[in-house]
Amino acid sequence: MSSKIKETVQKLLAENKIKGFLGLREENGHIMPHLFCDPKELDALSLGDWKKAGDTRYPLNQLMIRLTMEYPEETFAVLVRGCDERGLKELFKWKQLNEEKIVPIGMGCPDELAKACECEKPFPDSLIDGPKGGKADSQKVTRIEAMDLDARLQFWKAEFDRCIKCFGCRNICPMCFCNECSLEEDQLVGTGEIPPANPTFHLARAIHMVGRCIDCGLCEEACPADIPLRTLYKKVAEIISKEFGYKTGFSVDEKSPFNIIEVK
Amino acid sequence: MEFKTVLTSCPYCGCGCGLLLEVLDGKLVGTLPSKTSPVNHGKLCVKGWTVHEFVTSPNRLTKPMVRKGDTLQESSWDDALNLAATRLKEIKEKYGSDSIGVLTSAKCTNEENYVLQKFARAAIGTNNIDHCARL
Repeated sequence: MSSKIKETVQKLLAENKIKGFLGLREENGHIMPHLFCDPKELDALSLGDWKKAGDTRYPLNQLMIRLTMEYPEETFAVLVRGCDERGLKELFKWKQLNEEKIVPIGMGCPDELAKACECEKPFPDSLIDGPKGGKADSQKVTRIEAMDLDARLQFWKAEFDRCIKCFGCRNICPMCFCNECSLEEDQLVGTGEIPPANPTFHLARAIHMVGRCIDCGLCEEACPADIPLRTLYKKVAEIISKEFGYKTGFSVDEKSPFNIIEVK
Repeated sequence: MEFKTVLTSCPYCGCGCGLLLEVLDGKLVGTLPSKTSPVNHGKLCVKGWTVHEFVTSPNRLTKPMVRKGDTLQESSWDDALNLAATRLKEIKEKYGSDSIGVLTSAKCTNEENYVLQKFARAAIGTNNIDHCARL
């Protein structure tokens, strides 16, 4: 556990700069999200490293949206890794969170985790503690791209075939904030059917990840069928980066290609 | 202001997946899979993901109901239990113990299920007991 992060939060709370800190709490060997309002509680603070680095990450930004809807006037701090901070930047742009009311408390991820995630930037700008690791290349996308088109389609169809339509990928996603979801829209994806239409269901979600997915990988971790969703969305991000020059979560000013309305 | 997550077991089936209930100022607002649960390792099925929704559902029964004619009417526990006991006794006497079957639920605890099988075997006198996880 990082004393630097703990001290920073303690100071913010003591000086009344924040109403609470949304982080992780360890209790009886379990790690779970928690809003720390009292500095005394911070002894139970966890950074989401249980048996391995970053193996107990939760969608804190999603919980933050819920919290600020109830308390829009208050300022909160939130624990962020590189991916979470990319999420914050997008959520500010999409007006889901107010930049002036959020204090990011940044931690860097160790090389082992950055490599497993194939992370583009495994540390946040608001880094308080932890390493400032380099970019890890994505071999997973490259491996699938090495297949010819037919084999690739067969690969994905076989993966999607295991889907039990739990909606876990959408539910855990810190960037899925729509009130109405296309995945529950009968006109787009047949509802009330299990397994879901293959590949429509998963490709509909993949398209909706354009300019949204910040590559945190929580979807893949939540999938009971072990579908390599992260690899799919990594490819989506690659296309957006190549075709539109847009990197999701890297700027606070630039809008995503799906969010630009050109008036001629 | 209080926002916390509370670790519990999914009440739907017998797997016992660990889940976290999101509680904002004493109100249940969401569900997350527990990453530290040795049962489900941070995964849930569609039922587990929506646990927080049924807790506050207006369709939940809050009082015992007794069927009178075609309609269900609110009743007291004493009246409802008396009626159930009287009718079960009548049916047992007239048609025998094996004319009665008992269906129990994975939403109950192990102990509640034990009590019900005891009731079926010792009080009613039948082995006709089954469980929703086999339906």
